[in-house]
Amino acid sequence: MRILGALQLDHAAARLGGRLIWTEVDLEVQEGEFVAILGPNGAGKSTLLKALLGVVPLAEGSVRVFGRPVRRGSDEIGYLPQRRRFDPDLRIRAVDLVRLGLDGERWGMSLPSPAKTNRVAEMVELVGAAAYQDRPIGELSGGEQQRILIAQALVSGARMLALDEPLESLDLNNQQAISELIRSICQTRGVTVLLVAHDINPILPFVDRVVYVAGGHVLSGKPQEVIRTETLTALYGTPVEVLHTSDGRIVVVGQYEPVTHHPDDH
Amino acid sequence: MSMLGLEFMRNAFMAGGCIALAAGLVGYFVVLRNQVFTADALGHVAFTGGLGGVLAGLNLLAGVFGSCIAVALAIGALGGRGRGRDIAIGTVFAWVLGVGALFLSLYTTARSAASGTLGVSVLFGSILGLQPAQVVVGSLTGIATAVVLLLIARPLLFLSVDPEVAVARGVPSRALSALFFVLVAVTVAESVQAVGALLIFGLMVTPAAVAQNLSTRPWVGMALSAGIAVAVVWLGLVVAFYIALPASFLITGLAFVLYLASHLARRMSRIGRLA
Ligand SMILES: Nc1ncnc2c1ncn2[C@@H]1O[C@H](COP(=O)(O)OP(=O)(O)OP(=O)(O)O)[C@@H](O)[C@H]1O
Ligand SMILES: [Mg+2]
Repeated sequence: MRILGALQLDHAAARLGGRLIWTEVDLEVQEGEFVAILGPNGAGKSTLLKALLGVVPLAEGSVRVFGRPVRRGSDEIGYLPQRRRFDPDLRIRAVDLVRLGLDGERWGMSLPSPAKTNRVAEMVELVGAAAYQDRPIGELSGGEQQRILIAQALVSGARMLALDEPLESLDLNNQQAISELIRSICQTRGVTVLLVAHDINPILPFVDRVVYVAGGHVLSGKPQEVIRTETLTALYGTPVEVLHTSDGRIVVVGQYEPVTHHPDDH
Repeated sequence: MSMLGLEFMRNAFMAGGCIALAAGLVGYFVVLRNQVFTADALGHVAFTGGLGGVLAGLNLLAGVFGSCIAVALAIGALGGRGRGRDIAIGTVFAWVLGVGALFLSLYTTARSAASGTLGVSVLFGSILGLQPAQVVVGSLTGIATAVVLLLIARPLLFLSVDPEVAVARGVPSRALSALFFVLVAVTVAESVQAVGALLIFGLMVTPAAVAQNLSTRPWVGMALSAGIAVAVVWLGLVVAFYIALPASFLITGLAFVLYLASHLARRMSRIGRLA
């Protein structure tokens, strides 16, 4: 397999509302890697994804995707934003949302296209949402909406997936099923996956690399290298303990203090 | 005498149809984007702007179009969504309507006996009394609005239902929202001639609400919304020709009946699905 740089951040820093979110971020992700992005609330995980989408410009440094500087609107990245639910009154079919992921940014009207309809149907089938694809999106449950949105992120056949908490609001069985689906897309099509999660356990078996965002900095490496008591304590700047349960699950405890440690607070 | 033999009826069908086409299409997005309140408030601006235009010695249409577009651009520049913006818009528009009342009283005293018919025609429209110039302006702007809307329809749909992903995929959100506000403003200004500043709901909002009750397919919904708007205007005109009732009353009345019926239909289909 050819190893190519899929994502590269050099000395990157992001600033929102005049506040530095993270600084001095150096990060490299290879093509086809499955990357978990972890960290406490408000640490800047979503901001990291928005930076590589070109939605949040960097305050410093550079970010390259597949060797090129990022620009908003690249169709090489499929994006699933962190969600609030859709308005219950939104009277648009779920399948139309998936279709917008295919060509929604183009000007003009949508003309009937059997090829595109098939492509959309294939994705809806893949995420197991066929049963409710014709219902209005606002009427669907949180987990059903999430599956539709995963289909939307996949449908354009992007080389990279930026998924912000895709397992949120899924039950345990569905967390398992969706993570396996994402893994198989990653493996069979060589798609690079960046997945933000709060619980690493459902995806732990698939993860090639962990990116941990905390305390205004970012740390990356293999799961067993990063998710260790000493490493995380140094990153957080407060005592953190990593526990391994008897069934092989990882639990990070001790991050009870509000996360107020930011690089500009010094 | 046949209905289409009369010039004022032909004018009304022509201008009314074109205006309704635009109102139905633009209205679909007004409802989808929860901007019903903004559209209604623009009607107030149209009232004040029209009277202001006449008082300033310009014509009524220039005042209506100018004021609506200026205010739409200002709202676009304001940006944002939700409660805070609604409150700001409501406060400003109440004041604008107050200024309209002042203009009306200035106009009435200036023309002494000429009375407030101008105010009445701005508020309730005068589709059967359109001047030839108004017919041309109304028809052309109606068609132009519809064409521009169809050109931006797909990214606008994306931005309306899924703004975050749309922005990430490169939809120019600020420019598109501002352009849409301008289209709403132009449509309100057009509709003032047909149904008046107070009854704009009947053309812009009701047909769209009916369409969204009847179909959850966006492109079908848009077509339905435009079709229903044109149909109620034309039907209203036909009925007004035979029964001596105001056309704007008949148009909005028909739209209202359709709205009730569409709600019933939606209820029934839901019950049908559950059964
Ligand atoms: N538009 C904004 N203006 C100012 N500050 C912002 C803005 N958006 C986010 N922030 C702040 O930036 C920080 C990082 O936000 P981000 O959404 O990236 O966190 P996160 O790691 O994704 O958190 P969570 O786990 O809660 O989703 C937070 O402190 C947040 O309050
Ligand atoms: Mg987040």
